[in-house]
Amino acid sequence: MEAASIPGGDRALPARSPLARLPDKLLRYALTLLAGLILALIVFFFVRLVGEARPAFAKAGVLGFAFDNNWTPSAERFGALPLVLGTLITSSLALIIGVPIAIATAIYATELCPIRLRTGLTVLVELLAAVPSVVYGLWGIFFLAPKLQGTEQWFADRLSFIPFIGGGLVTIPNYFITGLVLAIMILPIVSAISREVMSTVPADHKEAALGLGATRWEMIRIAVVPYCRAGIVGGAMLGLGRAIGETIAVTILIGDAPKLGSQLFGQGYSLAAVVANEFGEAQGVHRSALFAAGLVLFVLTLLVNGVARGLVVRSARSTRQSGPTPGMGASVLVADTAAGA
Amino acid sequence: MSAQAPTGDLMARFGVSAARRRKDRVARGTILAATIVALIPLVLIVYYLLSKGLGAWSSSFFTTDPTGNTFFKSESIGGIKSAILGTVEMVALASAISVPVGVGVAIWLVEYGKSSWFAHTVRFFVDVLTGVPSIVFGLFIYIVLIVGTGSSFAGYKGSLALSLLMLPVVIRSAEVILLLVPSGLRESALALGAPRWKVIFSIVLPTALPGMVTGMLLAVARAAGETAPLLFTAASTKATSFNLSGFMNSLPVQIYGDVTSPTTAVVNRAWGAALTLVVMILALNLLARLISRRSRLA
Repeated sequence: MEAASIPGGDRALPARSPLARLPDKLLRYALTLLAGLILALIVFFFVRLVGEARPAFAKAGVLGFAFDNNWTPSAERFGALPLVLGTLITSSLALIIGVPIAIATAIYATELCPIRLRTGLTVLVELLAAVPSVVYGLWGIFFLAPKLQGTEQWFADRLSFIPFIGGGLVTIPNYFITGLVLAIMILPIVSAISREVMSTVPADHKEAALGLGATRWEMIRIAVVPYCRAGIVGGAMLGLGRAIGETIAVTILIGDAPKLGSQLFGQGYSLAAVVANEFGEAQGVHRSALFAAGLVLFVLTLLVNGVARGLVVRSARSTRQSGPTPGMGASVLVADTAAGA
Repeated sequence: MSAQAPTGDLMARFGVSAARRRKDRVARGTILAATIVALIPLVLIVYYLLSKGLGAWSSSFFTTDPTGNTFFKSESIGGIKSAILGTVEMVALASAISVPVGVGVAIWLVEYGKSSWFAHTVRFFVDVLTGVPSIVFGLFIYIVLIVGTGSSFAGYKGSLALSLLMLPVVIRSAEVILLLVPSGLRESALALGAPRWKVIFSIVLPTALPGMVTGMLLAVARAAGETAPLLFTAASTKATSFNLSGFMNSLPVQIYGDVTSPTTAVVNRAWGAALTLVVMILALNLLARLISRRSRLA
């Protein structure tokens, strides 16, 4: 096509007066400022948190705080090892129980499920994300824990030869119940991300596998799973981040015993739970130690989430070549709003 | 969805060995079983919420404040009026803060920042915010507004903690929707001589609004269920309060307080309150879903 010439082409482009351009500039600066403010806010919070936590670190030393196995506020001893390990034990349990089930749900929804049932299944799994943390705690402590106590005792008795797992008396609030409820809570997010990633597997790959004579399961194993591995691992790590930061359900279910539990079915404590439970009456160094616990929690979730986002984004990029934002689908958004406290 | 896999007789005819077919059946069975296992907790939670919660519901349950009197029968312990109102007030204020800010940042990301390094940094930090445990938001607000100013707990401080928590959800969901606004719309408006701000306010935002409401409602639903950020920012009180600069009760905090009670009647109040909270959150989720289905974008 011929380049259209502007009628009256020698006329200057209709310029706006400086005054008319003002709102444009204002909007631009205001919005940029707003975006910059978010960054500044996060940095500011972080610096203040470090500042508030300093007395506790000064007293015990950073390593002493993290690795001393003695949390006795009344004696001003603040070794957070029982808390850190409690957080790690419960969140690894959540991963071990929750992730395989979440991946299976995602595989079923994307590859095996009759199409008519697919939306319904997705919505049902997402409903788990709509239940608030405190309700999980309530349900866990008054229904799940008493119902499972007998079974747990049976396992503890049979497996008493394995250290930590077996032996001892099962208490109603314990590490295992906490991990189990956390597994239910992370299920929607892990499942949603796995589903999202699995839906990006090109139909060609799947059809090629089937065409070469693979059974449905073999197709899933050779075409779907390897293609999505990074994304699934990322989803699982986002779940881990959730489990680590989960507060209220854990506070209700873990028993809040300020020592390292001697067994899986015994009471313990976690970083988030100690803050929720003791902050109300804490003073001086004790309060500073709780800020330090919050700081450790913050840094831990930051690391886990950073790696997780990286994996998910990379997996989404390599498969889709989407624009500047590897846009998560709506279902991930829903699961992402899972109550985290 | 890919092509249908050959099943049954057909697989046998194609020479798929019995062992492979068995493995296929076992693997599919396991996956189906795991999916069913995933749905069991949902059924159990819904069942127990309904059976215990509905028992606690009565007209006085919603119209009276908790009395703090736990030694007598259920009539004298009071209901959850202050908790419901407190949650509604604090979440409303939190939304009033986080929605404009969040949408503003999303507009900046889509219209101005695009894929500059600064925009990527902002996106990264917003993602970081998504993963921050909500109790840490409570600590932030506590440090800045309670230690920092030397004042006491207040409803608006709870709202601020909630708004921090809502912000990443609002930003990311709004950004996704804004990206879906066809660039042809923007370009034609610009070509007609409209200044940038006018394009944003009268073309982009109205087009994206219905879609953005979905993300906002989900953020509101998330904030409504949070306990941890409110524990030491808004604290709790028994009486109904319309003063956001005073102590405030809220549904999650009230449930948390009631869980630890040794009195059965108080625990029953917790179940009733939990059912109320879940119904509120589900209603928001449902509304979000309906609106997103109506929306032209996404």
